[in-house]
Order: sequence, then structure tokens, then C-alpha cells
Amino acid sequence: MRYAMAIDTKKCVGCSDCVVACQTENNVPIGYCRDWVVEITDGTYPQLEIEIRSERCNHCENSPCVRCCPTGASHYEDGGIVTVTHNKCIGCGACIVSCPYDARYSHPEGYVDKCTFCLHRIKKGQQPACVEVCPTKCMYFGDLDDPNSDVSKMLKKRKYKTLIPEAGTKPHVYYLI
Amino acid sequence: MSNTRRDFIKITSLSAAGLVFGGHYVHSAMQSKRLALGGDAGPSRTPTYCEVCFWQCAGWVYKNEDGKIQKITGNNDDQNCNGRLCPRGTGGVGMYYDEDRLKTPLMRVKGADGKQTFKEVSWDEAFDFIAEKMQKIKEEHGAECTALFTHGSGGKYWGDMLKAFGSNNIAAPSYSQCRGPREVAFIATYGEGLNSPEPLDIRDTRCLVLIGSHLGENMHNGQVQEMSDAIDNGASIITVDPRYSTAASKSKFWLPIKPATDIALLLSWIREIINNDWYDKAYVEKYTYGFDELKNYVQPFTPEWAYGITTLKPHHIRESAREMANAAPSVIVHPGRHVTWYGDDTQRLRAVAILNALLGSWGRRGGYYIPDKLSLPDYPHPEFPQPKRTWRDVTNGKYKLADLALASGVCDATIPSPDMDCNIKGWIVNGTNLIMTLPDQQKTIDAINNLELLVVVDTMPMEITGYADVVLPECTYLERWDDLRVAPGRNPSIALRMPAAEPKYNSKPAYWMAKEVAKRLGLGEYFAWETFEEKLDWQLKQVGSSLEEMKRIGVKNLPREYGNLFYAENEEVDFYTNTGKIELYSTALEAEGFDPFPVYTPHMEPPEGYYHLNYGRAPMHTFSRTANNPNLTDLMDENAVWVNPKVAKEWGLQNGQPVYLQNQDGVVSEFPVKVRVTERIRFDSVYIVHGFGHADKKLSRAYGKGASDSQLITRVLMDPIMGGTGMRGNFVTFLFEKESEVQS
Ligand code: SF4
Ligand code: SF4
Ligand code: SF4
Repeated sequence: MRYAMAIDTKKCVGCSDCVVACQTENNVPIGYCRDWVVEITDGTYPQLEIEIRSERCNHCENSPCVRCCPTGASHYEDGGIVTVTHNKCIGCGACIVSCPYDARYSHPEGYVDKCTFCLHRIKKGQQPACVEVCPTKCMYFGDLDDPNSDVSKMLKKRKYKTLIPEAGTKPHVYYLI
Repeated sequence: MSNTRRDFIKITSLSAAGLVFGGHYVHSAMQSKRLALGGDAGPSRTPTYCEVCFWQCAGWVYKNEDGKIQKITGNNDDQNCNGRLCPRGTGGVGMYYDEDRLKTPLMRVKGADGKQTFKEVSWDEAFDFIAEKMQKIKEEHGAECTALFTHGSGGKYWGDMLKAFGSNNIAAPSYSQCRGPREVAFIATYGEGLNSPEPLDIRDTRCLVLIGSHLGENMHNGQVQEMSDAIDNGASIITVDPRYSTAASKSKFWLPIKPATDIALLLSWIREIINNDWYDKAYVEKYTYGFDELKNYVQPFTPEWAYGITTLKPHHIRESAREMANAAPSVIVHPGRHVTWYGDDTQRLRAVAILNALLGSWGRRGGYYIPDKLSLPDYPHPEFPQPKRTWRDVTNGKYKLADLALASGVCDATIPSPDMDCNIKGWIVNGTNLIMTLPDQQKTIDAINNLELLVVVDTMPMEITGYADVVLPECTYLERWDDLRVAPGRNPSIALRMPAAEPKYNSKPAYWMAKEVAKRLGLGEYFAWETFEEKLDWQLKQVGSSLEEMKRIGVKNLPREYGNLFYAENEEVDFYTNTGKIELYSTALEAEGFDPFPVYTPHMEPPEGYYHLNYGRAPMHTFSRTANNPNLTDLMDENAVWVNPKVAKEWGLQNGQPVYLQNQDGVVSEFPVKVRVTERIRFDSVYIVHGFGHADKKLSRAYGKGASDSQLITRVLMDPIMGGTGMRGNFVTFLFEKESEVQS
């Protein structure tokens, strides 16, 4: 089982609903976030293009953060989900520095926090909160090993890319382009 | 008038008192951060429908193990949201936890130092005062000299109270400041308005045309969702906007039009569609009136003519017209929502309505569907008395084609003038920050200075609360019952809102306040129910449901009673117009002395060194109402002024540099706003998101953040047909520092 997410940049409108839904679902304190929206404008008026992306932890298959964690707090869960065990984390911040995507933040209560792919929801058979709320339905979540999962189907149907592939991290968040 | 002149009072003065008398208020901010970890919301959920905007999506409120409100999610059965709230709805929890909320009733008094100030009062004191003042106005001037301005659910109760009292001056700024011209244009053409949500079959359309409407940044939830469905289905989008909006970036055609020239483009499109025989002949013949006249009328409006006005290339105008025609009748020329731009807005929307008729999209799949709505009986009450003067008399009989009272008209009728025999003396302002909502702030303040009573009902201290005689703190939608939502849609539906938590502080629901005031005015029989639950249950039982059922399901969709969603082939249709047809040629406008066809009139251009002030929405905010919401300010806490790089170079402006904006009348923005240098805006325009630049310090997160477009909209272009207040005729320039003498 390999969990992954595919996000359709052609449909995302950058509304940030995914960010608020994550905040209320996961009690992310005001002023912090586990996911965020990036908007890139290209060209000159009136020949323009925008790409809008909802970004979060890429749950990399080859993750520098898990490798560098001195306490083993950062680890893989079933399905390749990268998580942090809060009470094992000493808040040293090595993982924050090692992540090429800047996906981790230091929680005011002294540990490092990040996207969990909403593991607690997946366990109950639900979709991640951000996927479930997105008004444009532009996010797909599922198991890459299951050819019938939403995410596998979208990756088969559409062109896609990952972020900073040259870092060699093998991200599990794909962007449909 | 000096005896009624009121000062703007900052509710800040209360916070000191708040600390002394009610220290328990202070810890709420902390609590919001102390929600249990783990995110498992537990089994308890209560139904609601959202109040963060007018879309009114139905959802569920979840609490955590400590019994605290944690999150709100959409109700899967709701047609307005399909289980997905927008960011503002998801962030609605922030409204509840906002520690800057109004907490207890306040009254304006003169302090020992002679300065006006607010003091905390009991609900009884507040209500007694209001009732006494209202009686006095009734005796001295007549009951019809009172008015209600409203936005949101509470308006119904205050409206009923006012009607029982003998006034029907009930105005919603959402009409004359927003969608009024559209309603009048569609009534003139099709015999009916569009209402809310608009009956657009976007999910099945093959071509969506957006004119100045920026869906996606404008989070009209159902429409944004359906636009995304349409993209999935391969529909093409045509966007007309001087700004490269998010929607423009999803479009096959983006037409970067010169501001204020939309009617020229529309007329040219109409001509192309007629002259190339791209219109729906059978439909036009069967259903419309005035085609031959229209054809004659539009002959001069070639794409080349339009090019000279709009700066859009003739071949782009032709190709985009062709694109619509190819998709017809599954095409939607979107009517927009905030359409009060240049004062000829009813005519522009008429052109939109005509274009849709030529393409045969009204009543067709992928075009406009025929909405259905439940008629829910009111809880029994005596007939409302006939007001001595209606809002039409009060607003001097102007704007006969307006189908609702004009907020700006009621505001004008408050300022004494020789041609006015009745002045409004008392306002109740429910959930709308008139200072930010009505154009021309100074005029609003002048009107307020002529009042004998100003009651403001709100959850938050807004600029308008600073002018109130009495401030009534309403609890948020998460803490109260409200009337059932009976929105029009593909199916009739009802949705329930019930409290998920006890009202925080000393806040109360508006239905209770209105009833209490009514009782003191001897009008208690209009609010004959004991509890609100009893009223809701009675109403629900009339339509075959019950409160018990609705608590469980939240939303109930009912079968259609009003025929099919679309016209059948060759169906006979009688439109509610004078001719019984879709009026391409408007007999109603002609009868009132207006042009029966839309006319292009050139508008003013910005003087040297000035730019069109365009404004719009961001997806995470609703007007100025959400500007202090902790969850939503976390996403965006200030606006920026969008400036084209060429303009930035000319002025030497850098990204992120703070500047003041000064308009054509010398008004300077209260606060500086940061420059956003971007290719996404035309060289002759700037753009800011509406709703920022709050001047009330009590809004701790919103105070002083960005610029307020409302403050800079001092030139108002009145729509002669229905009194809409066009707000896009304002121009701004940049100031690097604020000189006190400039400020006048
Ligand atoms: S909720 Fe969806 S549309 Fe909105 S920003 Fe996130 S991914 Fe994009
Ligand atoms: S998957 Fe869950 S934790 Fe990750 S960004 Fe989405 S909502 Fe947040
Ligand atoms: S569109 Fe958003 S803010 Fe408006 S009612 Fe729906 S969820 Fe609430």
C-alpha cells in the first residue's frame, strides 16, 4: 500500500479552503499551517498563465526528514505516510531544515508538526479533510498500488509532475498539469 | 440638528470596562487554541446553515471531547454546497471564537467630561429605550419614519417588528448596491428576476461567459463547484475582465477589456450572432418580442467599431461569439452578482439577458434552469397594518422599476431636503456595516447625524456601531435558532439552523430581541410563539416534516411542484412581461421613458496619473464582515493594490511598498496599502480586494490593515432606471506620504 495525492492545478482556484479545513480538523494553531497555497504567474500582459497549487508534506518515499531525525519521532506509518510522534519529538528542528519543501513547522507546544495525510481519518475510511472540503474537487487521494483508486486513475489519465524532483525524495503528492 | 449630532465612539472604551466588570471574557482566545488534539470530533453534531455569506450552505457543527465547537463541514444532501463548504464557511468557527465580539448591550451616554461614550446596560434598559424612542418618532413624525437596513437572517424578525409598527422601509444594501440592476433587467426581459442562488445550470454547460464576474475568487460555493465540473466536462470559459482573474486563467478566451466598455462588446456580440445566423431561430421566433427591431438596431455595432472602444481585437470578438453559438443552447452568459458599476448597469444586464435569449439558453439544459422553491407558511399572526407611506413614497416615487426598497434611497430620505415631505428619523441596522457598504461615506454619516434613533444589531463592532445610540450584541449563527432556509434551487429544499452552543457572553438571538421590542410597543401578538422551536415545529408540520426530523437530517429536499427543470421542445410558455414574450425590445422600459434597447455610452476616463479603481473579492473573505475572523485573517489579513509593472516602473513602486491611494475628489485612504506589482492587471487600472482598511481599533486583527475601497468611492453613478449606485467611476493615484492638508 502506498498512499498518494494528486492535485489538479487546472481546477484549483486557490481558495485556501484546504488550509482552513486542515486547521480546524487537526487543531493547527492560528498562525501555523500544515498545507498552503502557491500561485505562480508567468508571462506579460495579456499573454499570461497562472499555476495554482495546494502544497503540503509530500510523504516522500526517500525522505530526508525521517533519515535525519535523532530520536526516531519522525517515522513511516503503514502506506508510506510520514508522521511525527509528538511525545518522542524533542523539537530540535533537524527535520525542518532537511525538508526541501518547507513542509514542517515548530508547534508552540514544543514539537514539530506537519501533514499526516489525515491518518486518523484514513483509518476510519474517510478522505483527508482537505480533499473532502475542496469546493473544486481538485484533489484525489488513494493507494498507488490499487489501480482503481482515484489517484491511480487520475495519474493514468493526465500529465503530472512532482515538486523539486531533483532532490531525489520521490514525492507522493502529484500535480496534474 | 446639533442636538442629535453624534460622535463616532470607539467601542474601545468598553474594553477597559470589560476587563473590570467581566474578566471572564478575556480567556476565550486561548480556549480556541486549546481544542483537544487528535481531531476526532466525536459523535455530537448539530445542523446549521452558514451565515458567513448569503449562499447559506447547510452543514454540520462538530464538537470535540470537551464539548467545544471544533469544526463545521458541509451537509452532503444540500444542493447549495454538496457537502463542501467554502473557506469562509469552514472558517465560520472563527466568528464564534473571535474575542473582539460585541459582548453586552451598550448605550450612548454623555460622560462626566461631556464626551459621548458607551455604557453597558441591561437588555431591559436597552429595549425600554428603543421602544420609547420609537413611540416618540411615531407620535411626532409617523411610524413610517423608521427604517431597517439588513443583511442576513435577523432581518426577517426586525422586518416583521417594523411592519407591525407601521413601516415597510426595509432595505437591503444587497439590492441597490449589488444585484438590483440585474433583477430589474431580467424582469424587464423575461418577466422574472434571478434571486439567490441564481438558476444557472453551470455543471452541464458547454460554454460559460463571465463578464467582470470572478468566480473562484468570488466563492459563490455552488457556482464555483459547478464551474469546476464544467471544466471537467470540457466546457469552454470566456472571461471578460481587465484583470487576469483566476477564472481568466481557466479560460479558453480571456478578453482584457478596457474598463467601462462592456456594453460595446455585448452589442457587438449580439450583432455577430444575429448577422451570422448563429441565433436560435425557432426559439427566437416562438418566445421573443422585437427581434427585427433589434437586428436593425445593432447593425452599426461591428467588431471593428467595438475594437475602437474596448481595445479587443475584432477577430477575438468574432471567435468568442462563435464559441458561444457553437455551444448554444448549453451556454450561460453569466448575469454576475455585484453589478452596480457605471450607472448604466440595468442596460448592460439587459444586453446580457438579450444575448442569452438569442442563444436560447433560458429554460434550457446547460443554460438557465427553472427554479423551484417551497412556500412555507408563516407562523399565524395578525395582518400587518397598511403603512401610511410606503418606501416608494418615502423615496419620493423615484425609480419606479425598482422592485425592492433602495438602501441608498432610504439613506437619502434621512437627510432633510425641501422636496421631501417625510424624513426618516429612526434606523435599525442589522448585520450590515453601512459605513463600508453604502457608497459615499460622508453622506451616510450626514444621514446618521439627522437621526433620533440608531440601533445597531451585530455580532462584531463595525464602523457603524460607533455611531449607534444602542448596540445590541447578537450571538453568532452557531449559537442560535433561526428561520428555516427555503432557498430556490433545482428542487425545493428546507434547511435547519439550531444552536450548537450556548450564546457566549451576554449575546442573544435577533428573533428574541425583535420580540422583546415588539412586546414593549404593544405588538406582542405578531410574535405569538412561546419558544422559537415551537414556531419552527409548527411551520415544519405544515409541510410534512417536523423539528425532530430536521434536527436529524439538517436538510430536506422535496420533489418539484413547478413542472420541469427545462422547457420541453416547443412548450408553450407565457412570460410575465407586457407582451407575454421574452422582450428583446423592452416595452416596460419604453413606457417609463427609457431606451428599449441597451445603449453604449462612453464613460469618464482617468485623468493623467490616475487609474480606474477596480475592486473585487478574495475567496477567504465576505465583504468587510470576515476581516477580523481569526481563522480567515490567518489566510489573508490585508489587501494589496495591484499595479501593472509598467505603471510601477513609472512611479518607482516596489513590490510590498506601502502607499496611500488618493481619489479624484482628493480623498486619501486612511491607511497605507502595500503595492503588488503584477502583470495580472491592465496598465490603466489598479485593483484592490474589498473589505479591508477597517478604522475601528476594537477589531484587533483588522484595524489599519490595507485600504478601504468604500472610502475611496465618492463618485456614485446612479442608475436612472432603478436607483442602483454605480461605484466603478472612481480613479486613484499614489501618494508616498499623507500630507495633512491633502486630507481636507
Ligand atoms: S480547497 Fe481546493 S480549490 Fe481551494 S485552494 Fe485548496 S486545492 Fe485549491
Ligand atoms: S491531508 Fe490532512 S493533515 Fe495533510 S494537509 Fe490535508 S487536511 Fe492537513
Ligand atoms: S458559500 Fe461559503 S460562506 Fe457562503 S454560505 Fe456557503 S460556506 Fe458559507
